[in-house]
Amino acid sequence: MKKILMGNHAVSYGALLSRVEVIAAYPITPQTQVVEELSKMCAQGKLKARYINVESEHSAMAACIAAEQAGARTFTATSSHGLTLMHELLHWAAGARLPIVMANINRSMAPGWSIWTDQNDSLSQRDTGWLQIYCESNQEVFDSIIQAYKIAERVLLPVMVVLDAFVLSHTYEPVDIPEQELVDQFLSKLDYPYKLDVKNPCSFGSLLPPEYYLELRYKMQKAMEEAHDVIIKVDKEYQQMFGRSYGGLVEEYRTEDAELVLVASSTVASTARMVVEQLRDEGVKVGMIKMRFFRPFPTQEVVNALKGKKKVAVIDRNISYGQGGIFCEEIRSVLYNIDQHERPPVFGYIAGLGGRDITPTTIREILSHTLKEDKPKENIIWIGVKH
Amino acid sequence: MDRGQALKTTIPEEDYMTSGHIACSGCAAPIAMRYCLKVLGEKTIMVVPACCWTIIAGPFPYSSLKVPLLHTAFETTAAAASGVRATLDIKGDTETTVVGWAGDGGTFDIGIQALSGAVERNENILYICYDNEAYMNTGIQRSSATPWGAWTTTTPAERPEDKPKKDIIEILVAHQIPYAATATVAYPHDLMAKVNKAKGIKGSRFIHILSPCPPGWRMPDELTIKASRLAVQTGIFPLYEVESGRKYTITVPRKEGVPVGEYLKLQRRFAHLKPEDYDTIQNNVDRAYDRLLRKVKQSETL
Ligand SMILES: Cc1ncc(C[n+]2csc(CCOP(=O)(O)OP(=O)(O)O)c2C)c(N)n1
Ligand code: SF4
Ligand SMILES: [Mg+2]
Repeated sequence: MKKILMGNHAVSYGALLSRVEVIAAYPITPQTQVVEELSKMCAQGKLKARYINVESEHSAMAACIAAEQAGARTFTATSSHGLTLMHELLHWAAGARLPIVMANINRSMAPGWSIWTDQNDSLSQRDTGWLQIYCESNQEVFDSIIQAYKIAERVLLPVMVVLDAFVLSHTYEPVDIPEQELVDQFLSKLDYPYKLDVKNPCSFGSLLPPEYYLELRYKMQKAMEEAHDVIIKVDKEYQQMFGRSYGGLVEEYRTEDAELVLVASSTVASTARMVVEQLRDEGVKVGMIKMRFFRPFPTQEVVNALKGKKKVAVIDRNISYGQGGIFCEEIRSVLYNIDQHERPPVFGYIAGLGGRDITPTTIREILSHTLKEDKPKENIIWIGVKH
Repeated sequence: MDRGQALKTTIPEEDYMTSGHIACSGCAAPIAMRYCLKVLGEKTIMVVPACCWTIIAGPFPYSSLKVPLLHTAFETTAAAASGVRATLDIKGDTETTVVGWAGDGGTFDIGIQALSGAVERNENILYICYDNEAYMNTGIQRSSATPWGAWTTTTPAERPEDKPKKDIIEILVAHQIPYAATATVAYPHDLMAKVNKAKGIKGSRFIHILSPCPPGWRMPDELTIKASRLAVQTGIFPLYEVESGRKYTITVPRKEGVPVGEYLKLQRRFAHLKPEDYDTIQNNVDRAYDRLLRKVKQSETL
């Protein structure tokens, strides 16, 4: 059934059809409609879940961790300051190998207070051990929540589904909502092998001396590596069942014969795809890759798509202060080990922080700058800074 | 010889703690846990944040508890207990008691937000704070449960603790908590009766256990029970309960004629105090005890 949904409600429907059992959440703009809708679904009995109105995001994640450890499928949603408040517990959730799924609405960090989109909130959770999916449309948001549970429960790591503030969260788009039965077939009931159980008393998270800690972290990294193939498999299974797929970790668009490849993520990828099409009509050999997953990092896909190209331009709506755009940094790093003659120069653009629009004109500016220069003169090329 | 006869006791024999835990000798915290579990039984899930009990429970792969145990981040006890409860509820388990078991730091200070949230929601959990009156796990730093005048490593003798101990029970009572009580290890029957009462109540329940810590209190380890008893007899730590956020009952009255000095002089954390400090403490204790008596009286007419 097709529904016209705001991105936030696409999240709620994703959680509903995934039959989550415990939700603990705290409101923050621009996430509020996600949890308002879910609490309504619970109150009306559409969703048989315990909804905990916790007093903070920190407690939301703590409650999800504990509920998941007791064997329930859990969900929460947050944004920006809420996500960064959870930071300690994001490490905890992943370290405990709990397949929690959370939606994060990308919103800039204060000061000054900003409710508009950029990716610094989620990207600064890079090293917590969560998988991260960046979505481009409300349909992808909905589909990714369901895919996320399947992936998380296979690799036993938590997954964050990320969407842009307002551009998706508050924008209405048609979303195809499949039958519950089909989703049930796709997403079997969570049967968690290790849980809090009075019949089989175990301790979780005990003091871990140095002779064990390293091995557990090694296994976490192995699970992240394993997630790569799981993501592709799940995306294919999803296509078979629901007729939609997102290319697994990255989507390549007209890259095959491209000389210049643009790298984008989230809704910027939509705009970029359109500009690429226009420039193709004008005879420019340009293509795009959309970074759907940031963790695990799609190393092989990125290398395959960019190796031997003349130039690469990365658009980052985020910054690691003292270094540069975060996607750009990681892309440069995975290209470092390929043959020098196949390694393209990577132009790193930063644009759209704090929700400044990234329009087709912005992307044209980025592409024409890249076409004009042989090599990037600076580590960061800033777009649209008013001096 | 009939050993069973010799060891006869009114304390239940079932034990859900093992020997070989690694608390300091004389620590009251494992004693408190043992008594509580004797009452709570095997259908109990323990949630423990960072505190001395993280260590006492044993490093991986050991456990000194025979019930499931979830370690959780320092400030999250009540939120995590709420999460476990939510899962049990959705799975239809109404029998198991979910217990948050935290130190004074994890309760009075860093965990108070989550605790307030959970109690305000009236989560069906039992929260037990074993209070050794400082951050012991990290080496005896003061907490807001540290009593006036006490030495800790962050309130050195040159400038000892100058704030009164936070009244945690009153904070919980202000939440209209269904059950709140104090207890301590020198009075095991009183402690277990309160745990038993709490077990039978639905909603949030809170038990505040004074838990002497020989190294932190700077006293010989054989004085734990004596200190625990004197805390009650002097009126420094009255044993009482509050039902439905309004009915106050003193369960073990203080003993007339036992001055606070009897308690203070056992512990070198109070060694720097002068006679006039003893008087200040005595006055404060007397006033607080009178206040408690008034609450008991008032609640009798409710
Ligand atoms: C967020 C955070 N801050 C600080 C710590 C360090 N820490 C661990 S235990 C502890 C003290 C615990 O004190 P209390 O709750 O009174 O328990 P006790 O150790 O006295 O039994 C501290 C400060 C931590 N684990 N997490
Ligand atoms: S430091 Fe104190 S509270 Fe901690 S284990 Fe030792 S005696 Fe017990
Ligand atoms: Mg303490």
